[in-house]
Amino acid sequence: MTMATEGSLGAAVQTDQTAFDAVRRAKQKDIVFATGGLIVMAIAMTLLLTLIGDLVIRGAARIDYGFLTSYPSRLPERAGILSAWVGSLLVMLVTAFLAIPIGIGAGLYLEEYARKGWLSNFIEINVSNLAGVPSIIYGLLALGLFVYGFSLGKTILVAGMTLALLILPIVIVSTREAVRAIPRIIKEGAYGLGADQWQVMWSYIIPAARPGILTGAIVGLSRAIGETAPIITIGALTFIAFLPPAPVTPDFPLISFAWLNDGFTVLPIQMFNWVSRPQEGFHIAAAATGVVLIALTFTLNGIAIWIRYRLRKGYRN
Amino acid sequence: MRTLTLTAIALVLPAFAFAQDAVQVDGSSTVFPVSEAFAEEYQIATGNRVVVGVSGTGGGFKKFCRGETSFSGASRPIKTEEAELCAENGIEFLEMPVAMDALAVIVNPDNPLTCMSVEELKTAYETEAQGKIDNWNQLNPEYPDQTLTLFGAGTDSGTYDYFTFAVIGEEGASRGDFTATEDDNITIQGVSTDPDAIGFLGLAYVEENRGRVKPLEISYDGGECVEPSTENAASGTYQPLTRPLFMYVNKAHLDEMPNVEDFAKFFFDPAHAIDLVASTGYLALPEAAFVAAEEKLAARKTGSFFDGGSKVGVTPADLLAAN
Repeated sequence: MTMATEGSLGAAVQTDQTAFDAVRRAKQKDIVFATGGLIVMAIAMTLLLTLIGDLVIRGAARIDYGFLTSYPSRLPERAGILSAWVGSLLVMLVTAFLAIPIGIGAGLYLEEYARKGWLSNFIEINVSNLAGVPSIIYGLLALGLFVYGFSLGKTILVAGMTLALLILPIVIVSTREAVRAIPRIIKEGAYGLGADQWQVMWSYIIPAARPGILTGAIVGLSRAIGETAPIITIGALTFIAFLPPAPVTPDFPLISFAWLNDGFTVLPIQMFNWVSRPQEGFHIAAAATGVVLIALTFTLNGIAIWIRYRLRKGYRN
Repeated sequence: MRTLTLTAIALVLPAFAFAQDAVQVDGSSTVFPVSEAFAEEYQIATGNRVVVGVSGTGGGFKKFCRGETSFSGASRPIKTEEAELCAENGIEFLEMPVAMDALAVIVNPDNPLTCMSVEELKTAYETEAQGKIDNWNQLNPEYPDQTLTLFGAGTDSGTYDYFTFAVIGEEGASRGDFTATEDDNITIQGVSTDPDAIGFLGLAYVEENRGRVKPLEISYDGGECVEPSTENAASGTYQPLTRPLFMYVNKAHLDEMPNVEDFAKFFFDPAHAIDLVASTGYLALPEAAFVAAEEKLAARKTGSFFDGGSKVGVTPADLLAAN
């Protein structure tokens, strides 16, 4: 009896031991993985913060009212980025107006209406591939098609159209993913209650997918605002010391689209030009431009996060 | 729907809103500081608009010979095939020298070397050197046994074109395995941190970075060692790395567009042009050259003096003759 008890006790102790070992090993792996992850994250964040910090340290002091309201100049201390930030803003406006509605429309159609088959698979693969095409390719396409093919010239409109093409795949893919992530129950429940496809779309799918769609749109715009290569390719200017005509006019019809046809420059081009100049003063101005560009991108992202938060709250209630 | 309407409006607009009143300048990034200075001062003085793009010398000529731009900056004379393209499109042009620029060869301040011959530079950078020349003593047995690290301007720049032409003898014929960059500040950075390094770039970059890098004197054709400086470039003694910078002007635009002619007159008015060019770090041509340029402009004398490419040993006096 004692033997047996001892034996079973021994076995139990042994099982406990292996179980403990297994748990300990698992925990060790966990710690190794977590530490690895932490190190990688620390490296990434340090790099990013160093870059931003370096820009801010060198450039922040240069940013003042005069810098934001002056035109570029041959004298570093007189130079400003007025034409560049206005140009960036107007180009973004055109890009947003074109890419967001078209991208969302295409995404919703592909996900909800298009018949699934080899054709839609083919389109899906191509849209995903387009998202990875280098931006200069879009610049070359736009130069051949918009600038020379349609004779639109090197204008804000063409730049906006080019960047819209560039971010269209991002908007389409994120729209589709947002729609795909909606629980089936919502859709089927609506159909079960007798709603037709349009009603389901308008009242359930679009509201539920809105935060995801919006994120995609903003990610796209944030990418577009920093693009230099396609804009240089289509022939953006480097020195421009006047602003396009205002979009709002005092006379009827109060809105003017003449600005669409003006030459322009954008922040990344201005920065690129100053970085390659010999004078230290221009390098500082370039760093300051970088800070403004980053601030603009953060603001865009911040607005997106805020809207998404508001929408999510609205949807849950 | 709103987007559709907008797009429709946008597509129709160019038809009647294409009256671009600004004077269009494009071309070389080397000439850009000069164009920018004139565009800025002209706009302040007159209120007329001038815009400047940077497409490089070659890219600038492509647009210029299509009639898209009125002025094209160039860090080398127009090439035969570019002039032919202009002729095909019926574009006549005036070739106006605006400044002299010098290229400098730089080493690390710790390097005791002070002078190098053009032949040694050729040995270091020519096509045959690829993968073989990697030690200073291969350039000259008297140099130390020390690794050689090469920097230089990128292949898209006029600086690279002129350096290879002047030093190696054929434009574009250099080894491919050196650190080539379109941004001369990278060359400064590289040479200032590497005691083995040598590089070449525009003289203006050396002036701004005195102490961080050391410019070498250059001996040409067995001659004396000459220091790279604006004075030596002006006198024509710093050879072969002194080169003229040009502004090409579309003749038809001069005749038909009053603001183009007005800006051209401003550009070559010796009263302020000399100071403006000098303020950009380049070497302004002597007053006589600007007076000659004004006359050339008034007479509308077209065509290129340089017959299809760079020349070594051009002095401001030659440019005066070109006018």
